Amino acid sequence: MTENSTKLVEGLYTVGAPIADAKAPEGPIDKKWTTRKFEAALVNPANRRKMSVIIVGTGLAGGAAAATLGEAGYHVKSFCFQDSPRRAHSIAAQGGINAAKNYKEDGDSIQRLFYDTVKGGDYRSRETNVYRLAEVSANIIDQCVAQGVPFAREYGGLLDNRSFGGVQVSRTFYARGQTGQQLLIGAYQALERQVAAGTVEQFTRHEMLELIVDGEGEDRRARGIIVRDLVTGEIETHLADAVVLASGGYGNVFFLSTNAMGSNVTAGWRAHRKGAYFGNPCYTQIHPTCIPVSGEHQSKLTLMSESLRNDGRIWVPKRREDADKDPRDIPEEDRDYYLERIYPSFGNLVPRDIASRQAKNVCDEGRGVGPVVGDFRRGVYLDFADAIKRLGEDAVRAKYGNLFDMYARITGEDPYKVPMRIYPAVHYTMGGLWVDYDLQSTIPGLFVAGEANFSDHGANRLGASALMQGLADGYFVLPNTIRDYLATAPKNELTEDSPAVVEARRLVEERTERLLAINGERSVDSFHRELGNIMWEYCGMERNEEGLRKAIDLIRGLRAEFWRNVRVLGAADTLNQSLEKAGRVADFLELGELMCIDALHRRESCGGHFRSESQTEDGEALRHDDEFAYVAAWEFTPDTLTDPEDVAVEQVGAGMGAPVLHKEDLVYDFIELKQRSYK
Amino acid sequence: MSDLMNLTLKIWRQAGPADKGGFVTYEVSDISPDMSFLEMLDVLNEQLNAKGEEPIAFDSDCREGICGMCGLMISGHAHGPERTTTCQLHMRSFKDGQTITVEPWRANAFPVIKDLVVNRSAFDRIIQAGGYISANTGAAPDAHATPVPKDNADRAFMAAECIGCGACVAACPNASAMLFTASKVVHLGELPQGQPERDARVVAMVNQHDHEGFGGCTNIGECSTACPKGIPQDVISQLNFDLRTAMRHSR
Amino acid sequence: MPTTTLSPRGTTARSTTVALKLLMAVTGLIFVGYLLLHAYGNLKALQGEEAFNSYAEHLRTIGEPMLPYAGLLWIIRVVLILSIIGHAYAAYTLWSRADSARRVKYDAVKTVATAKWMRWGGTFLLVFIVWHLLNFTVPKISPNPHKQGPDILNNPYQLVVATFQVWWMVLIYVAAMVALFMHLKHGAYSAQQTLGWTSTPAAHARAKLVGWVLATVVVVGFLIPPLAIAFGLIGD
Ligand SMILES: Cc1cc2nc3c(=O)[nH]c(=O)nc-3n(C[C@H](O)[C@H](O)[C@H](O)COP(=O)(O)OP(=O)(O)OC[C@H]3O[C@@H](n4cnc5c(N)ncnc54)[C@H](O)[C@@H]3O)c2cc1C
Ligand code: HEM
Ligand code: HEM
Ligand code: SF4
Ligand code: F3S
Ligand code: FES
Repeated sequence: MTENSTKLVEGLYTVGAPIADAKAPEGPIDKKWTTRKFEAALVNPANRRKMSVIIVGTGLAGGAAAATLGEAGYHVKSFCFQDSPRRAHSIAAQGGINAAKNYKEDGDSIQRLFYDTVKGGDYRSRETNVYRLAEVSANIIDQCVAQGVPFAREYGGLLDNRSFGGVQVSRTFYARGQTGQQLLIGAYQALERQVAAGTVEQFTRHEMLELIVDGEGEDRRARGIIVRDLVTGEIETHLADAVVLASGGYGNVFFLSTNAMGSNVTAGWRAHRKGAYFGNPCYTQIHPTCIPVSGEHQSKLTLMSESLRNDGRIWVPKRREDADKDPRDIPEEDRDYYLERIYPSFGNLVPRDIASRQAKNVCDEGRGVGPVVGDFRRGVYLDFADAIKRLGEDAVRAKYGNLFDMYARITGEDPYKVPMRIYPAVHYTMGGLWVDYDLQSTIPGLFVAGEANFSDHGANRLGASALMQGLADGYFVLPNTIRDYLATAPKNELTEDSPAVVEARRLVEERTERLLAINGERSVDSFHRELGNIMWEYCGMERNEEGLRKAIDLIRGLRAEFWRNVRVLGAADTLNQSLEKAGRVADFLELGELMCIDALHRRESCGGHFRSESQTEDGEALRHDDEFAYVAAWEFTPDTLTDPEDVAVEQVGAGMGAPVLHKEDLVYDFIELKQRSYK
Repeated sequence: MSDLMNLTLKIWRQAGPADKGGFVTYEVSDISPDMSFLEMLDVLNEQLNAKGEEPIAFDSDCREGICGMCGLMISGHAHGPERTTTCQLHMRSFKDGQTITVEPWRANAFPVIKDLVVNRSAFDRIIQAGGYISANTGAAPDAHATPVPKDNADRAFMAAECIGCGACVAACPNASAMLFTASKVVHLGELPQGQPERDARVVAMVNQHDHEGFGGCTNIGECSTACPKGIPQDVISQLNFDLRTAMRHSR
Repeated sequence: MPTTTLSPRGTTARSTTVALKLLMAVTGLIFVGYLLLHAYGNLKALQGEEAFNSYAEHLRTIGEPMLPYAGLLWIIRVVLILSIIGHAYAAYTLWSRADSARRVKYDAVKTVATAKWMRWGGTFLLVFIVWHLLNFTVPKISPNPHKQGPDILNNPYQLVVATFQVWWMVLIYVAAMVALFMHLKHGAYSAQQTLGWTSTPAAHARAKLVGWVLATVVVVGFLIPPLAIAFGLIGD
């Protein structure tokens, strides 16, 4: 890292050496993966048993990887914080999974899926990875069907497809509104089969709290993890030849999101603190059709399928005074169908980011509807009255019945009679730990898969592509690349007494002790909620320099207060849910700052990242390919400014120095860069 | 908006697996009918935390009715009075001034870990016993190689909706997990891919079920009534049928 | 804690709780078949002493000379005895298993009626059968103080009439019939479910209906003679 300059840019970060090579093999793009698989060294089956791999996460990515590596005969240890691997948050995905099967003979192909994904990601993803993703996508469907995943079928007994997220072909496979659940159960069953076979050891209710990295510089290797048994509180050491993180997304930094309560960044962040670069942290996807917040007590947001926008019309009252009125009493001329007004040709079907941003705009103007939360109303109407008139209630019920029921259950309102209310919510994080073509992070031996890595979606993810990526990584990519590492990496003995292990363990123990010892006044949730508000306000759908700077200050203040004033009750040696949350929020408090720095440094709008300073005259996102066609990979630096007396604070997490930016230039050899437009 | 409620909560507190445990009564006020049951408990926990009392432990993750992590016995009903998961139960299902009893799932195969949290890993072991189709990664034929009649596919899907929450066990007077076990047997048994292992699967899974200490099913049907996914009892019939077939094949 | 795989004790279909249920279903159905015949036979009492007694005698001579006197009856008796033993064994095994599957009970759960009826009702039926056999088969006891002696005891029709002219005997039998009704209503349905004949929602609904009809037919059939006697419609 000698090339790192120590000069602070914008007072916030320094710039380090660019990343020269993401290690994709040479050759034409459609041969790269075949080449890589061929070149990857093999491990003799008899030796595999002696090689161990730790996999953190049992979602689509982690579950699939653990099952596959188990089948191959490696010794796998699989971890999740839930009580069963089947509960990983992949289970919540509704819509579907893409694959370039071209079963509809509608012109789909690997090439087209590749193209759509790169374009959908607003030209901020790596071509080589995306091509491979499209290439293995078809195998995923085969694999899942063989496992018994009950995809929707037609009367002829063959698989059905739908089209999704604005692409022009039907390539989305689905299982009613539960595609994620069905795919995950498939991976879970394959995993359990390996548990029974003795190749996979399963650790549920275990949370990874630290990464063990042995060695220095070029020779360092990820060699294990420190976990807390969430039931007994015991801190355990697990060593292995390689570590895989498949720990999901970090949308919960916003407190309210469509993610599960437990979704967190801890695994990734701890690895980041140990030297793994974090790629594009500011890229978040905000989904326009979620059920709005109903009050201050709200703990999470629920997604409703975007398909509702096909027949529902979105509007708000023209006048603020009408917010309280029964929407049915507001006459046509007093309604503002703002999407239809601003985007006459796409209307209610504009892409996710645009629909979300406009909803926020009208609510910020004070024209939102529903209960007042904070200081304004956060909701817009999604009205099916026209559709019901046109198609009849039965037809609407047949098409959207389950979504309407879900809405009715949550809000207690009947959407057949009263227009639904929707509001955007944080949904997916495109950023994550930086990985090369092999899904290996900047720490040798540490691989990252699924939503936890930054890889394939660029600045925006297309619908039904996350499930595809998770399973591609888990079933097909990682098992092939990790074997090369396992076969070639030098092995040195590591025991529980080795300094790297002892040190990692000490960090965890101190952190735990400290969290319990503060005994301040505020609950963990109150910090999390406040952080979420800051992030939503300043690093949400629309960002600008002033807001981001303010957010960074606020987050720093909040983080300092957290370590002074949080109250975590209970003991370390039992199930302690407040303690679990506290550790996660502590990491979010650091990640939040990095996200803001990343968002601030990227002075362009692209995909989910909209900078108000960078827009076209019509208010559309404006990319600056000449300056920003790169991946921002951030390196962690500890805080050197913290009072040296207070070593503990620094080591447990309060200290965070100016991060180092490493740029990986994105080279487009196969796809031409274009600005998108939806007018 | 709507009227706020005051409630009396009688909640099971148990410090750990070895503790005897008992009910503690709490009062909560100003509960909005729009809150979910778990958000109501969140509010109570914030209050306890402020008072310096340890918050009540309960499980939840997705909070949208799909992960199966949540699950409480609410005044005698698994997941409460409506057919849904605890996380999707809203306070509007209760009346102002009501007393609500909250207990953990009770079954010896689901030992209490703390307060309202139980250990359901027995379910994982039932799946390990045979709740899968053996298809190694990479060995799969094209997805269209075997068409599946739509009726079978739909029935497989219906059974595959099980989220492994354990409400069936909690509600069954025998603490039997037969609905859970049967939903997996039917999911895989309806599909052509599931046929080769069909006999072995049902025998192994039911044996594991019994070995975990769940009660036997005597066809009482409380399980289906409590199941948030409405898995019908007829899946148990199909499990019985499969077991009888396996017996005929002298398994 | 790592989740370990326990190796199941038994690994055959026979070693499962479902096998126990199958035993219960088969033996229960044997009993149901017997009861249908039995109720039909009892209805002969309405045709008078001749008809009833010769029916009883006929039962004992079926199959002669292939079978000895009362041969078929003995075969039936053996099957019935084995059935009741098997049935009760399975019932009590599952009952105790259910008890130990939930040692800590709920505070707020009301026990489901079906479970109670089947178990306590079944137990009551067992006690009833013992008395019933003492009453009508071995050694034959007439509870009627006015009608004692070999003439009564050796004449099935007279014994029945003697018995149901005692009001509390009628009460006991009626109570037994209520228990039987509840048991059969659920039992007949339950047996079909156990045998795996109800794997569709329609079949499931049909099985419930079959339970009702069967229970009603058997119980009404059984109740007619005793009530007819009690109300003096038939007599000696
Ligand atoms: C509501 C919703 C709907 C969606 N719908 C779709 C859709 O229709 N199509 C689509 O393609 N995508 C969809 N997505 C996105 C997609 O579901 C996710 O991106 C994807 O499933 C992530 O999978 P994963 O394996 O990376 O992580 P996850 O499934 O989130 O799994 C994370 C795992 O890591 C474990 N873990 C995390 N931290 C730790 C730790 N510190 N220690 C131990 N274990 C840890 C967890 O226990 C869990 O097992 C949706 C997402 C949401 C939220
Ligand atoms: C010895 C006394 C008896 C006891 C303790 C007993 C108990 C039981 C029990 C506990 C069940 C389980 C049913 C359930 O809960 O779903 C059952 C089922 C049944 N019983 Fe009995 N019973 C007895 C006698 C009888 C008699 C005399 C008959 C016939 C008339 C009978 C017919 C049935 C039938 C058909 C079933 C259904 C079998 C099944 O569920 O598969 N039982 N009995
Ligand atoms: C009101 C109802 C009933 C009446 C009037 C009645 C009457 C009789 C009579 C008269 C006999 C003697 C028959 C003979 O020896 O030829 C008999 C035998 C018997 N009954 Fe009943 N019965 C009734 C109900 C039941 C019920 C509910 C059961 C079982 C659950 C039952 C089981 C038997 C058995 C097992 C025998 C012995 C058969 C034998 O071994 O010969 N009966 N009953
Ligand atoms: S069968 Fe129903 S109640 Fe039982 S675990 Fe599955 S979803 Fe829950
Ligand atoms: S309630 Fe219990 S007895 Fe069987 S039908 Fe359901 S498992
Ligand atoms: S928390 Fe996931 S189902 Fe309730």
